[in-house]
Order: sequence, then C-alpha cells, then structure tokens
Amino acid sequence: MSDFFTLTVLVAVVGSGVRLATPYLLAGLGETVGQKSGVLNLGIDGVMQLSAFSAYFVVLKTDNLMLGVLAGLAVGAVMGVFYGVITIVFKATQGISGIGIFIFGLGFSDLLFQRLVGTPKPIRQLPTIEIPFLSELPVVGEALFQHNPLTYVAFILVPVTILFLGKTTFGLNIRAVGENPHAADSLGVSVERTRYVAILIGNTMAGLAGVALVLELGIFQPNLTQGLGFIAVALVYFGSWRPSHVMAGALLYGLVNATVLQLKARNIIPLSFSELAAMAPAVLTIVALVILAQRVKGPAALTKPFIRH
Amino acid sequence: MLSKIVGSAVPVLAALAAFLVGAVMLLVLGASPLDGLKAILDGAFGSGERLAATAVKATPLILVGAGISIAFRARVINIGGEGQIIAGALLATVIALALPDLPSVVLIPLVLMGGAIGGTILGAIPGVLKAYASVNEILSTIMLNLVMVQFMNFLLRGPLIDPLEIAAGTRIPQTQRLSDNAALPTLVEGTRLHLGVVVAVVAAVIAYIVLWRMPLGFRLRAVGHSPEAARAAGINVERNITYALAISGMLGGLAGAILVFGSEGQRMITDGSAAGFTGAAGFNGIVAALFGGLHPLWTIPSAFLFGALLTGATQLQRVLQIPAALAVALNGLVVIFVISSARFRSYIQSIIEKRPSNRASEDLERPYSKIPGVDT
Repeated sequence: MSDFFTLTVLVAVVGSGVRLATPYLLAGLGETVGQKSGVLNLGIDGVMQLSAFSAYFVVLKTDNLMLGVLAGLAVGAVMGVFYGVITIVFKATQGISGIGIFIFGLGFSDLLFQRLVGTPKPIRQLPTIEIPFLSELPVVGEALFQHNPLTYVAFILVPVTILFLGKTTFGLNIRAVGENPHAADSLGVSVERTRYVAILIGNTMAGLAGVALVLELGIFQPNLTQGLGFIAVALVYFGSWRPSHVMAGALLYGLVNATVLQLKARNIIPLSFSELAAMAPAVLTIVALVILAQRVKGPAALTKPFIRH
Repeated sequence: MLSKIVGSAVPVLAALAAFLVGAVMLLVLGASPLDGLKAILDGAFGSGERLAATAVKATPLILVGAGISIAFRARVINIGGEGQIIAGALLATVIALALPDLPSVVLIPLVLMGGAIGGTILGAIPGVLKAYASVNEILSTIMLNLVMVQFMNFLLRGPLIDPLEIAAGTRIPQTQRLSDNAALPTLVEGTRLHLGVVVAVVAAVIAYIVLWRMPLGFRLRAVGHSPEAARAAGINVERNITYALAISGMLGGLAGAILVFGSEGQRMITDGSAAGFTGAAGFNGIVAALFGGLHPLWTIPSAFLFGALLTGATQLQRVLQIPAALAVALNGLVVIFVISSARFRSYIQSIIEKRPSNRASEDLERPYSKIPGVDT
C-alpha cells in the first residue's frame, strides 16, 4: 500500500482520472442543458454507443480522426432530432422513451458492428497534445496538460456552458422553459423551439462523449459504454444542474476509476476482487443520490411536456 | 366501445410501424424483408422444438413484464429487471449448492422461493429509497443493475466458479452443474419446454388478481392514481411504493431462478455482461409490458410475441447472416413507437367520445399516468 502514495503514482492517477472523466463530463454537460429546458434524456447511453460506433467505423475505413469525430457528432445530432420529435411532437413519457432510445442504440450499434466489422480491429487513438510551457510545469504539467484534444474540449465546455446558460438570451430562455414554460410562452419565447435546440445540444454532446470514449480506447465492442451514460444522467442530479458541480462529479468518477485501475495494476487489489471494485461508481451514485435527493431541486417543468392552455 | 377498440388498436399499429422500420433496416443490410419475416416465423414457430424455445424465451419476459405492470400501476418505474433477475438467480444458485440432496419436491419450490426473495430484496432497496428518501427510482434501479452485474461476475469468477474451470484453466465464469433435484421438470419430452413456463403464467395471473381483486392491489393503484388522495383515504403511500417495487423485483427474481434451473446446462453462466446471463430479459420485459398495455394478463401474449422475435432472430442470423442484435434494436423502436402513440391515442379517443381534450393537460401533471393502457 505504501508505494501507492508516491508522487509519481498520484500524478499518474490524477492524470488518468482527468482523462477518464472526459466522457462523463461531455455527456453530463449535454444532459444538463437538456434537463435545464425541462427534458429528461435517459437515452444518452444509447446515443453514445451509436456515435462511438460511427466514429470507430469511419476512422477504421478512412484513418482520419477528424472525420470520425464529425461522424459521431452528426449521429448525435440526428438522434437529437429523433428524440425531439418523440418528446415535443408526440409528448411521450420521457423516462420510458429514453429507455427505448437506449435499447435501440445498444442493439443497433451491435447490429452494425457485427454486420460491417465483425471482429474487433484496433484503430488510431487520439494524439496527446502537450500544452506548451504549462505541460512542463512540475506535477500539474503531467497531470493536467498532457491530454488528448477532446479532454481539453470537455473542460473548456464547462465555462462555455456556464456562460451560455447564465448570460446568453438563448441560455436564459432554456432555463425559463424548464422552470415555467407557460410564463415563458406568454412572453413570446417558443417553448418547443427552445427545447428542440436544447435536446439537440444535449444529444450532440452525448455523441461527442461516445466519440471520446471510443477514440480513447481505440477499439469498439458491443455495449461499449457499460452504463456510463446512465451515470452521466445521475451526475446531473447530484451536480444539482450546475455545470461546475457536474464537472466536480465527473472528476470524482474519473479519479475513482483511475484509482481502481491503478490499485489493480499494482496488485494492491487482488485480481479476483477487481469486480467488487468495479461496483464503486454505481454504488457511489446511489449513495450520492440518497444524500442529495432531498436537498436539491431540479427544473420545475422537468419531464413535463408543454401544452398551451 | 369504438373508443376502446381504437384504444387497443393504436399501440398495435405503433408496433407494426416499428416492425416496418425493421423491414427497412433489413433492406438496407441487403436482405429481403420477406425472407427475414419467413426466417423469423420459421425460427419461432417452425417446429415443436422451436415453439418450446419461444415459450422458454417468453418466460422471463412474462414475469418481468407482469412485475413492471404492477410497479407502473403504482406510478413507479422499474428499470431494474436485469439486476433483480441476477439477484434471484444468485440466491437460488447458492441454495441449490448448499442443499443439493434435498428431494425435488422440496428443492424446486425452495430455489424458486430463493429467487423470489433475492429479487424482492433488490426491488425493495430502490422502493425504500424512493419512498423515504425521494431517490429517483429510475436512476437507482439502473445503478443497481450495474452493481449486480459486477457482483455476479465477482461470484462466478471467484467464490462460485466451477472447480472444473479452475482445474482446466479455462476459467469460464460459470458455476458447477447444479443439483439435478432442482432441475425444472420438462413438460414435453424432446423439447426444452419446462415447468417454469407454467410458473410464469400462473404468476402473471396471480399478479392480475392481486392488482384488481385484492385490497393490496387497490391500494397500489390508488397510490398510482393520486398519492394525495390515497394518503387522504388513509393509505400509507410510502409503504405501498416500497411494496410495488418489491413485488416487481420478486417477479424478476423468480425469472432469474427459472433461467438457471430451466437452462440446458443447469448452471448459472455469464460472459461478463448482464445480458450474458439474462439475455436482456430485464429490458425486453419492459417492451412486453408496454405492448401488453401494462396489464399483467395481456403481458402473457405480448411476451410470447417478443419471445418469438428473439428466437426468430437467431434463425435470421443462421439463414440470412443478419445479426440477432436486430431484435434488440427492434425492441427499442417498439418502446419508442408505442410510448409515442399514447398521446395520439388519447387524442383520438377524446374526439370519439366528444369530450374536451383539455383533460389531457391535466393528466400531464402526472406524467406516468400517460402510459398506454393505464385506465384512468
């Protein structure tokens, strides 16, 4: 145990924690925007899998990472339009339609993978970009400034989301239609259009989260996310719908995962107990939900479709 | 009357629309939809043996679906079928390992009860958390699924692993072959049709009776209809929410025990994923329940339909090389289409009944009541 608490190991843990936090953060931020507009999207795990597969497939065929990222974003956006129609036009019960999206994404990405790829082949991973000067700082340099581009994007999106929701007209509209759609409507804000855009943003970011996951791993397999998208939804709840808290939660998950990996790699946890350690994120989520459920209140109109009186 | 017919036609049409999308998918993947349909029908109903396989596939869907129907009636959403199945299967397995020499008449009921208890425990946890700590049950049940997969992997790779797997060095995560005294008896010689199918159907009928003919069911439905009114009538809302999820979990756990003791290998086995053991019955049960209008009795034929889709899909893979995952994708679409048709349905019904449709906006304040088939 003692050799775990050395500076090198801790730096490695923090570094990989930041890296592993990326998909949680991207998906969680997107879900925050969607929920702020009053729409719960439980299906982002499925969207992540679809986007991950598209990115994987495009990179496999073209060896072009940029095209892969674009493909993943596009699939996320298409799923956003799809989910927008489900929730806004058909006003379907959001908890269940989201599970439908998840099942569809799980099955369809598996179907395409087996049909188009068959046996898993590794693809190019995202390059590490060392931020000039900052990456040479002792300790923090290696932990914080030697990551792949999508990790930087994810963390830059935190202040962007805060500013977007807090300072822009459109962001304020999103919050208004999530709190009191009828009041927003009477002031001339189109509830439906605002929610469409929020859903679109949320799904596209979920798509990017899937891309980040698959380009980090460099390989695709069915059920790639293993529930990561659902944890990202929970993250929004116990991040109290605040981007900065969602980031803290994502980092916590990243660090927990990184610690488990590191303990496993150093044989501090015997291999036979690694599955018990892998229960940590979900258990942590339940505990966090119990502690926070009665303290935080979400957008008042969350999960309620809008019908003009 | 007309309104009722339209009411049941809309979800069926919605599912048909989902299957049409499935046909388009087949076309895009380079297979003829007609050949696909033929393969699915042949695979699901083509022989006595296949019919039996369909019934066996439907068994956990009936149980999980009936459980979900009960929970939804009390306005709680149980997405935890996967975890509840695993919990039931694990407890039943441990019982069979501990008491292998008991005679069948004792051991079979015992392992089934073990399964039910395992599922009940796993269902009661999110129930208590929702009732007494306002924890969103959708999230907590999903999280418990994730927890149980890892717990299953831990047990099947560690303490419960087949000693032969260690000796051979193959280390497939599975238990040893469990006591034959616990095996569910085959009903028709030469097929896989076993007692579990009967148990599931009986359980669904009991679920129906409890829900509509017993005080407990009345209380559960009252809580689902209006918690405030139920409370005013002296019903303990918190306790009944817990019951709803616990009963729902109980049926899932029973499905888990049946999956183990109705299996050919007579053992619990996984590939490291939840679906590796459950066949995703916890999710497919949601599909069966929704298509069955969240009614325990209608869930039975509905589960057979989706059981047929699942067994048919394996034939699809054999004959047309279309991966069986198509069935999973289709199930997702069925959920989306059926749930999306709910408002359309109440809209049409309001026109037929010439009642003002603004009633719908009032229902919206209770989002879970807008599920197809839920009587209001």
